[in-house]
Amino acid sequence: MIITLLLLGFPLVASLLVLAAGHKFASKLALVLSVVQLGITGYAYCLYKQQGAEAFYFFHEWISNPKISFHLGLDGLSLLMVALTNFLTPLIILSAFNRKVERAAGYFSLILLMQFALNGVFMAMDGMLYYIFWELALIPIYFIALRWGGPNRVPVTLKFFIYTLAGSLLMLFGFIMLYWYNPNQSFDIRDLYNAAICSCKQGWLFWTFFLAFAIKIPIVPFHTWQADTYKEAPTQGTMLLSGIMLKMGTYSLLRWLLPILPAGVAEWGPLAITLCVIGIVYASVIAIMQQDLKKLLAYSSVAHVGLISAGIFALNMQGFQGSVVQMLAHGVNVVGLFFCADIILNRTNTLNINSLGGIRNLAPKFNTLFMIVVLGSVALPLTNGFIGEFLLLFGVYEYNTWLSVFAGLTIILGAVYMLRMFQRTMLGNVNENITTFPDLMWNEKIVLGVIAAVIILLGIYPKPIFDIAEPALQLILDKSIIK
Amino acid sequence: MNTLIYTSCLGLFCLLAEIFNLRKLLIPAVVIAITAIFGVNYMEWNQGGSFYSDMVRIDHFSVAFSALVLVIGLLIFVMTADYYKNEQNHISDYLAILIFTLCGALVMLSYANMAMLFLGIEILSISLYIMAGSKRFDTRSNEAGFKYFLMGAFASGFLLFGIALIYGVTNSFNLQKIGEYVMNHDAHTISPLFYIGMMLMLVAMLFKVAAAPFHFWSPDVYEGSPALITAFMSTLVKIAAFGALYRLFATCFLGTLTYVESTLVIAAVASLAIGNFTALHQTNFKRLMAYSGISHAGYMLLGVISLYVGTASALFYYSAGYAFATIGAFAVAIPVFHAMQNEGIDTFNGLGKKSPLLAALLTMSMLSLAGIPPFSGFLGKYYIFSKAIQGGHMTLTLVAVVASMIGAYYYLKVVLAMYTKDGNDTEIEVSPVYVMVAVFCVTMSLVLGLFPDVLMNLI
Repeated sequence: MIITLLLLGFPLVASLLVLAAGHKFASKLALVLSVVQLGITGYAYCLYKQQGAEAFYFFHEWISNPKISFHLGLDGLSLLMVALTNFLTPLIILSAFNRKVERAAGYFSLILLMQFALNGVFMAMDGMLYYIFWELALIPIYFIALRWGGPNRVPVTLKFFIYTLAGSLLMLFGFIMLYWYNPNQSFDIRDLYNAAICSCKQGWLFWTFFLAFAIKIPIVPFHTWQADTYKEAPTQGTMLLSGIMLKMGTYSLLRWLLPILPAGVAEWGPLAITLCVIGIVYASVIAIMQQDLKKLLAYSSVAHVGLISAGIFALNMQGFQGSVVQMLAHGVNVVGLFFCADIILNRTNTLNINSLGGIRNLAPKFNTLFMIVVLGSVALPLTNGFIGEFLLLFGVYEYNTWLSVFAGLTIILGAVYMLRMFQRTMLGNVNENITTFPDLMWNEKIVLGVIAAVIILLGIYPKPIFDIAEPALQLILDKSIIK
Repeated sequence: MNTLIYTSCLGLFCLLAEIFNLRKLLIPAVVIAITAIFGVNYMEWNQGGSFYSDMVRIDHFSVAFSALVLVIGLLIFVMTADYYKNEQNHISDYLAILIFTLCGALVMLSYANMAMLFLGIEILSISLYIMAGSKRFDTRSNEAGFKYFLMGAFASGFLLFGIALIYGVTNSFNLQKIGEYVMNHDAHTISPLFYIGMMLMLVAMLFKVAAAPFHFWSPDVYEGSPALITAFMSTLVKIAAFGALYRLFATCFLGTLTYVESTLVIAAVASLAIGNFTALHQTNFKRLMAYSGISHAGYMLLGVISLYVGTASALFYYSAGYAFATIGAFAVAIPVFHAMQNEGIDTFNGLGKKSPLLAALLTMSMLSLAGIPPFSGFLGKYYIFSKAIQGGHMTLTLVAVVASMIGAYYYLKVVLAMYTKDGNDTEIEVSPVYVMVAVFCVTMSLVLGLFPDVLMNLI
């Protein structure tokens, strides 16, 4: 009860406090408060272990007509996503230390506001409440990219905003239709799960939701906003976008699309999974061609989330479990990767792979940690990426052999572009453009060290994640398959 | 009824104030009086009924809309304190005329007789013709007043002609009697003159709400009028006209709504398309708000089209959200325009650095207009869409959804100008009244967005 509200509300309070604290203390206060939020999340985890999901049930009538309730809940799936959000936020804030941030109070306040909205998305159990948080999450990231972004930020952020808003509005339309189609006429997730909407309507309702999620994830061909936005957003914005915000889409597939519209998924799921697999190959090939480090990472991200979505649409337990593990793993890894890119940019003023090289000789500590993150994202066994990708491919294989063959290319192609990138930037002779490359500063050591530790720990012992996610996923799976 | 009487008296008092040289006290007095009238209006909530042989009918609908109109009036009158500070000679005239406009709006929201509808519209319009042209030495203002007058006179002619034809068929001016006539007759036995009359009245009303294809006056008039009057026109007048339109159709033409449905659908789609697409290319803020107003009229028409499922509260909520967002935007824009001596969107360049508070207030108003949660603009759209779907207008709702995507683009243009472009270093002095009004409006947008039940359960 109270813990649920605390978990949701604390980042909002923190955001306002940071805004009031002024530019000088903003970053430190934001870090402290986000660590406190992480502590609250840890407590929530212990509580979940003891009492299960019932401990987090919160229900309050909000709007009477149409019936919208302030219904929050935290099952295993939500708990993991909330944990990811609250684990990454302090790292993201810490990554901005030792960098010059203008108008710091606004910047860190927006990051915490973003954390609030993301927690809301993952905890909302009422369709309209969920939608409100979903839209709310767009506002802080838009302003972060707009005010602190790169030189080409104006058209890029506008495209991003309009693109995602278009998807969201379609989803709003879909939600309103669900409201009228379900016999209880409410947005509550329990009513929606039991709505049993006529399968003749589920086909097009599927698209209203799928488009919104496909844009956010992004699934090819709805990915065109992404690479530019990642490139232009400030590093912390890119981390928020790629680390957490993409997971809003994949999480929503599991939470809202599959269980509510099983017939729609049965009808259009094959097309969706094909799009995902095409996206994997397509994005990997583009990533190989990239010269810009940030863009390369952006396209690798498209390939990875393509595989996650494919695993979800495979509609089996392996795929679901794999997608959850990979959501967490990708969230952690991609934040690490973008931070490494930021470290390189910060010291050399370039992200062009051709004008880098030989950094290993200058910064051995950075080299080691970067290496671990890269290996995590190419899914080397004993790293977190491996567990996820293996289960995902297994799930897709159960669904369709041919699709899994193409989806499996991600491992090979991923290794190609990631290792090639690593080789060109870190190994070999020192490029003449690089004169000095100071090794890691204290905050960079902490961020990358924590990320590397998580990569290895989860790679060796992922069982807690399976245990937490299992009951929630089983429930979703039962609802998603038409018997 | 008392609301209307006291407001009229207040208008007369303003004229008298000129004689007794009370100009200094006038604005505070008017603000206090309007607040008191708001209280009187509140008292009437449970004392409805008809007055003056059923010329005026007070019900929950009229009381709720009157309250909204009074709040809008109040906000505008607070801003006059600064806006007219250099025109002390005319202040009592301006205030009196604005109060008479308010009277007209109140009549339009509580009429029960066609004659009162016409009177209300005329009281409102004639006052506005004067106010639109009130910058006497500015040709644009003159043009605005003249254009509005000419076009408005034609619209009034249509309205009168329509009323006359309907009187000819039904033998009554009384809304309820006309409604009964429609209900008691088979649709095919009603004289075609009735339908022609209905169509003519519809044209006049669409003109007043500035819906396409009768919107051509609004960008020019909005641009030429003094900015405060533009804020007044785009909120109070539009809402009063929508209240009147809703009342007309809900009591009189409910039985024959299906005959004008396609006309209304075309008007709604045209308003959405023309409003949103034309707004994309505007560089003048007032013109932008005019086209945004046209598109909002399109959304509100959705509420009128599906009124048989009971859209009064949805329409009311939407109007409130729209009004607070628009006035909030103008409360920021007016002092900025005044300082920069320019009314383009580029006057906002660099406002994010120069005055973060104003920029934040304008941003939130724009987000509310674009329909982003948690502001009331979002739930307003939601209610209207939801009612339209309930009324069976799926395709129309989809068009509206697409239109609101386009809408987001031009509202963001204003936000982009503030935060990404560099402006010149002109100091912007802002009188506290504007900040007060803007803060109030944004707060209301947020509060209504979070607790919509306050308004939704009224009507």
